[in-house]
Amino acid sequence: MSTLAIDRLIDDPATRIIVCCGSGGVGKTTTAAAIGLRAAERGRRVCVLTIDPARRLAQAMGLTELDNTPRPVVGVTSETGSLDAMMLDMKRTFDEVVESHSDPERAKAILDNPFYQALSSSFAGTQEYMAMEKLGQLRAQSDRDGTWDLIVVDTPPSRSALDFLDAPERLGTFLDGRFIRILLAPARGAGRGIGRIIGAGFGLFAGVLNKILGAQLLSDLAAFVGAVDTMFGGFRERAEATYALLQDRGTAFLVVAAPERDALREASYFVERLEQDGMPLGGLVLNRVQEVRAPELSAEQCLAAAERLESSGESPLTVSLLRLHAERLRNAERQRRLAQRFTSAHPGVPVVEVIALAEDVHDLEGLREIGDLLAGQAS
Amino acid sequence: MPTSDWPDVMLHVVSGKGGTGKTTVAAALALALASGGKRVMLMEVEGRQGLAQLFDVPPLPYEERKLAVAPGGGEVWGLAVDPEEALLEYLELFYNLRRAGGALRRMGAVDFVTTISPGLRDVLLTGKAVELVRRKDKLHARPYDAIVLDAPPTGRITRFLNVNTEIAGVAKVGPIRSQADGVMAVLRSPRTAVHLTTLLEEMPVQETADGVAELEEAALPVGGIVVNMTRPPQLDAADLALARAGDLPRDQIERAVVAAGIGRDPQTVVDALVGEAADHAARVAVEDTERQRIESLGRPVYELPFLSSGIDLAALYDLSRMLKDEGMA
Ligand SMILES: Nc1ncnc2c1ncn2[C@@H]1O[C@H](COP(=O)(O)OP(=O)(O)OP(=O)(O)O)[C@@H](O)[C@H]1O
Ligand SMILES: Nc1ncnc2c1ncn2[C@@H]1O[C@H](COP(=O)(O)OP(=O)(O)O)[C@@H](O)[C@H]1O
Ligand SMILES: [Mg+2]
Ligand SMILES: [Mg+2]
Repeated sequence: MSTLAIDRLIDDPATRIIVCCGSGGVGKTTTAAAIGLRAAERGRRVCVLTIDPARRLAQAMGLTELDNTPRPVVGVTSETGSLDAMMLDMKRTFDEVVESHSDPERAKAILDNPFYQALSSSFAGTQEYMAMEKLGQLRAQSDRDGTWDLIVVDTPPSRSALDFLDAPERLGTFLDGRFIRILLAPARGAGRGIGRIIGAGFGLFAGVLNKILGAQLLSDLAAFVGAVDTMFGGFRERAEATYALLQDRGTAFLVVAAPERDALREASYFVERLEQDGMPLGGLVLNRVQEVRAPELSAEQCLAAAERLESSGESPLTVSLLRLHAERLRNAERQRRLAQRFTSAHPGVPVVEVIALAEDVHDLEGLREIGDLLAGQAS
Repeated sequence: MPTSDWPDVMLHVVSGKGGTGKTTVAAALALALASGGKRVMLMEVEGRQGLAQLFDVPPLPYEERKLAVAPGGGEVWGLAVDPEEALLEYLELFYNLRRAGGALRRMGAVDFVTTISPGLRDVLLTGKAVELVRRKDKLHARPYDAIVLDAPPTGRITRFLNVNTEIAGVAKVGPIRSQADGVMAVLRSPRTAVHLTTLLEEMPVQETADGVAELEEAALPVGGIVVNMTRPPQLDAADLALARAGDLPRDQIERAVVAAGIGRDPQTVVDALVGEAADHAARVAVEDTERQRIESLGRPVYELPFLSSGIDLAALYDLSRMLKDEGMA
């Protein structure tokens, strides 16, 4: 098992995008923010795109301005580097895409459409799609004016890490899929042959939907589809361009996992998928690992010693401390076994372990500490 | 035997932040409710086959199946609701349209509706849960004494349960409207309780607090809070305070370490033990803060320990016994 060298990755000017992915709650947002801060303090001009930072962390990074654009983070100490951060506003990003693809009048029609409003705020996958869209925008901006030379992206809190890669495709399929074409067919007056069959089927379907959901929703949907018809190509192209960006050599995916069965299973799926899709894997961040001090004292040894002390009646406090140590060793051992399953299945993937801090990571100091741990420097 | 805090509840909805133990707690609760000869339906709606994984059985079809027996002769049944099947069932029920349903499915329309319209999907899923609550056989007996729903996470639960009010806004009259009204009536009634699982960590507790507020605002009945995967403190309160302040009696510890004859260098052993105690005390302090935030929500609180050997059927029985002892079932 090789070690993931974070500093080499972030110091390499060829590294332009780092994507932190993994299943929910494992520390993607924390890792993305810590890497962004560390890279900035080592001289890179960084933009961090976070999705759902914990409340106190968001405050510490100045992510209170919800204007969907990166703002400088106060408190970064660097001579040449800089750190900007933003929190993704999914709906707003979607609105901007619509606005940039159509004339104002048509854009307004779409934005006001109730069906669009539902889609842009609650379709499963919209958040992933918009994260990609935003990444594309940030990258385009930095190519244009050189504002940033490194973009670090957090990914949405989906239960499956694969959602990030699959969702844009899913939304794309919906937006220019077969069913939408069917929906459009009657409007285009396809009156013969296959067109008629589809039309008839649609009529039936529309009747059912009208009954269930009311006529309004369906006409909204038809109006929406009509209005965005001209944008389909645009949607698709953009998603494809961003996907290609992710396959670029300047991109590195960091898969974050906690040393638990489910999280490591997700990490495995993700690693396999990246390989399949030809996406560059940086390595695995094994986060929130149980720290053990004095690992040379085995659990058995400590428990036996605790037993002896207990029967002699000496220092009940030390008895407790030894038992605490034994428990931490056992927990660490369990985690090590789980992690080993991953590493033996993926021997080529570099790994770095980050210990679980006693408290949540909620300020720049905490992020620096995580950054040190990521770089293999115990603080 | 302690009595249940929820004697009138028939539909137990279990939500919580992702990964905090919704599926595990729902299963343990179902076993607890079934113990002593009851029949309980455990239902999942996210299409993930979490129940099959948990009970180590082949993937569940959209069909009620016996999953496990409970202590004292009870039974836990399982159902994995498939939105597509539920849509066809619904069409048949209201419009006698099952055959048309087949054609719609071939066109990809069913898939379209159930994935694109999360609202409609949720109507179908909540409708199914309420159907189970109301179901009576020919002799007017209830086939299930309770229904436990492994529900969507906190972020989506209010919308999920409340979706039928949106339908009521669209459909003014007709069978759909009365169905929606009927479902809402059950979900808002004292026969339903929405329990939330959490961990003693900042983000899950925040989500729990937000979730409680949202549910209350929507007039949905908030149940208990299940604090899952807790680890008991290994030191007493006085020692925890000393450990936090860095004031543990190093001399005493060193003497004991020497007496016990462990480690090559007593100093390093003492450093390690004292350091670990400080970490532990800091962690316990965070947990105490979070526990207070949970208590301040004013709901019944249940705790389940972290079981380091993992969750298998035996562990589920253990957890179910604890829930019963704590009065959740
Ligand atoms: N008390 C416990 N002790 C030990 N492990 C537990 C306990 N409760 C849950 N787990 C484990 O934690 C993990 C998450 O639990 P579970 O799948 O029930 O959560 P969930 O909220 O349903 O997750 P999701 O949001 O993915 O549906 C599982 O691996 C489960 O075995
Ligand atoms: N190494 C760590 N030690 C202690 N707490 C951590 C660590 N990594 C993450 N956390 C905490 O865990 C919680 C979830 O982390 P977050 O980065 O938001 O996860 P994700 O983005 O993957 O859902 C946060 O409260 C964070 O502060
Ligand atoms: Mg996150
Ligand atoms: Mg689950």
